Amino acid sequence: MRHTISVLVENKFGVLARVAGLFSGRGFNIETLNVAPTLDPAYSQMTIVTSGDDRILEQISKQLNRLINVIKVTDYAGDVTYLNRELVLIKVTAKAEHRAEALRITDIFRAKVVDSGPAHYTIEVTGNPAKISGVIEMLRPLGIKSVVRTGPVAMARER
Amino acid sequence: MKLSGAEIFLECLRREKVDTIFGYPGGVLLNIYDVLHQQRDIRHILTKHEQGAVHAADGYARASGKPGVVLVTSGPGATNTVTGIATAFMDSIPMVVFTGQVPMSMIGNDAFQEADIVGITRPCTKHNYLVSDVSKLASTIKEAFHIATHGRPGPVLIDLPKDVTVNQTEFKYPARVDLKGFKPNYEGNVQQIKRALQAIKKAERPVLFTGGGVILSNAAAELRKLARKTQIPVTSSLMGLGAYPGEDPLFLGMLGMHGTYAANMSIQNTDLIIAVGARFDDRVTGKIESFAPKAGIVHFDIDPTSIKKNIRVDIPVVGDCRNVLKEMNRLLAAERGVPWKKKHAGWLAQIEEWRKAHPMTYRERKGKIPPQYVVEQIHKLTKGEAIITTEVGQNQMWAAQFFKFKHPRQFLSSGGLGTMGYGFPAAIGAQFACPDKVVFDIAGDGSIQMNIQELATAVQHRLPVNVAILDNRFLGMVRQWQQLFYDCRYSSTCLHSGPDFVRLAEAYGAVGLRITEKADVPDAIREAIATKNTVLLDFIVDREANVMPMVPAGASIDEMMLDDGKGKKSLPKQQADKITG
Ligand SMILES: Cc1ncc(C[n+]2csc(CCOP(=O)(O)OP(=O)(O)O)c2C)c(N)n1
Repeated sequence: MRHTISVLVENKFGVLARVAGLFSGRGFNIETLNVAPTLDPAYSQMTIVTSGDDRILEQISKQLNRLINVIKVTDYAGDVTYLNRELVLIKVTAKAEHRAEALRITDIFRAKVVDSGPAHYTIEVTGNPAKISGVIEMLRPLGIKSVVRTGPVAMARER
Repeated sequence: MKLSGAEIFLECLRREKVDTIFGYPGGVLLNIYDVLHQQRDIRHILTKHEQGAVHAADGYARASGKPGVVLVTSGPGATNTVTGIATAFMDSIPMVVFTGQVPMSMIGNDAFQEADIVGITRPCTKHNYLVSDVSKLASTIKEAFHIATHGRPGPVLIDLPKDVTVNQTEFKYPARVDLKGFKPNYEGNVQQIKRALQAIKKAERPVLFTGGGVILSNAAAELRKLARKTQIPVTSSLMGLGAYPGEDPLFLGMLGMHGTYAANMSIQNTDLIIAVGARFDDRVTGKIESFAPKAGIVHFDIDPTSIKKNIRVDIPVVGDCRNVLKEMNRLLAAERGVPWKKKHAGWLAQIEEWRKAHPMTYRERKGKIPPQYVVEQIHKLTKGEAIITTEVGQNQMWAAQFFKFKHPRQFLSSGGLGTMGYGFPAAIGAQFACPDKVVFDIAGDGSIQMNIQELATAVQHRLPVNVAILDNRFLGMVRQWQQLFYDCRYSSTCLHSGPDFVRLAEAYGAVGLRITEKADVPDAIREAIATKNTVLLDFIVDREANVMPMVPAGASIDEMMLDDGKGKKSLPKQQADKITG
């Protein structure tokens, strides 16, 4: 099963290598990984999407917690309401006959054209993974030149 | 007053009450070695190889309970420590390793003798540091000792660039350490401990299973109290030997691949395992699906990652083994009216039958010295009090099987990593920690050659360390597998070319004795014990003796080969059924 895990870490030299090494060294899988400093620059927030059975997921959380530089680990598996957002840049071929269609799709998904040329549009989309896949599927027939994704970031809703 | 990094290093070790360090100098450490030379509080033991230094510090730590300390130079000095660090890491041994490093300004430039030792050791240390500024040196050392010795212990490495040892700063040693990401849970959850107690009261055929955690947390006294009060038999992993006295009637012997028949049968038939500080290594469980099929499992461990890693657990208790057992004993004291003796009498009688059916024995062939006999004699002639280190292979298993350990911290062996070459330097470290104890390294003729250069260290310090080589002119354990599972094709396991260990010992200034007759074994051991110098005993043993019982890799632990080379004899089914009903 796929899980999204938030890891609060000290913003120190080598911490990313420790976390990545933990996954590779134990044969755990990283699907996406996102890291940036928190409001307090002494810490960074990582969001990791991984998959495995319950036993593996339990080991991943425990092993992460065992790292000295890891402050907190949150697995969103049990939380159906958590916020999960990803940003994607999609460069589509947009010849004359497709330009209107590309803009319509952009509109439907409340995405933005951030760069354009005679033969392309670059579209920026944010949203949850389902929405992102939706846009990509809609744009695919027009001809996608390249896609860059940040991987999701996650946050619990305030109760 | 301002101190240099080198002086701060020394001052921190004083504050940590370090009295002995093991190391090897080099260019980037000149300032530190210069400071060490001008003081008398801390003795530096110069080994002959950095791997030897780390194993010696490890042996020192296991024997004394204090963290081992290592100091080596950059580049090759640092990389030579990796096997030793990984050995300590796998067995959770507290240790702080200082490596020299090229100056900060040169890091990353492929400078002379530069190695990214922090990167290299990241997966085999509990934590590691590169100290980038002398102002952080004292607090880093304080943290390192704290991390190495708290929670589940382990090795911590500190990389010291040369300029950090030279630069000066105001010395302040922090009084305490507060790490947000490192707060081990020492006290077990009382509700969980109560649940465990209920399970013990309900169980009809309980077994205590002890691991290295009992020794690391100094919990042996509490364990003994618990077992004796409740009359629950005790089995152990290799790492837990000595936690419970080997000659006590409740002790079943070691469990697992080379465990006793009684221990393995007990586990396969128990209805409750109380695992204390053990991690259910594959050498213990055999085929995991058929391990302890009828048992509930209570698991005490300070490291949550050990729990449910390899095996299902019904009642987990995260906490320091000693604290948890203490609480358990406290609760038990209030439990009057449980007739423990009567409750477990039938179970203990069954175990006695298993013990009688297949006691630990060995084959004797005419005119040969059985290697097991040598271990038995070392046990007998040291009154079971010697500190025993081992190499890896058959020697290690025979030591574990035939020496009946009385005390914790008496058996020092590389359990997790299985490092050949561990035993001799570890024996040196143990002898430094315990100068009044008799120390034996039980060795194979293969393993001893991996760190034989430390004979020079032992002789230099006039250490009365003894090495007993069970010399079979084979890489015996590998040969055993080849014999049993590869049709006797002894590929690259024959060591017929020597060396002459007696002359080698003499060349180093140690005493060397060769023993070829069984009748001469006891006297040779007596002589070694009485000799104040380092002694190497070369026992020419029965070459093809095997370690039995043996559970083939991947088999379940009741599928034991019980006799030498006679093939698989699985357990008599009717016996197992008799006690389940
Ligand atoms: C450093 C290292 N290399 C290889 C091995 C694999 N290995 C395990 S036991 C063994 C044979 C050991 O031979 P010896 O030291 O003569 O001991 P014996 O088994 O004969 O008692 C080997 C090669 C190991 N454990 N460690």
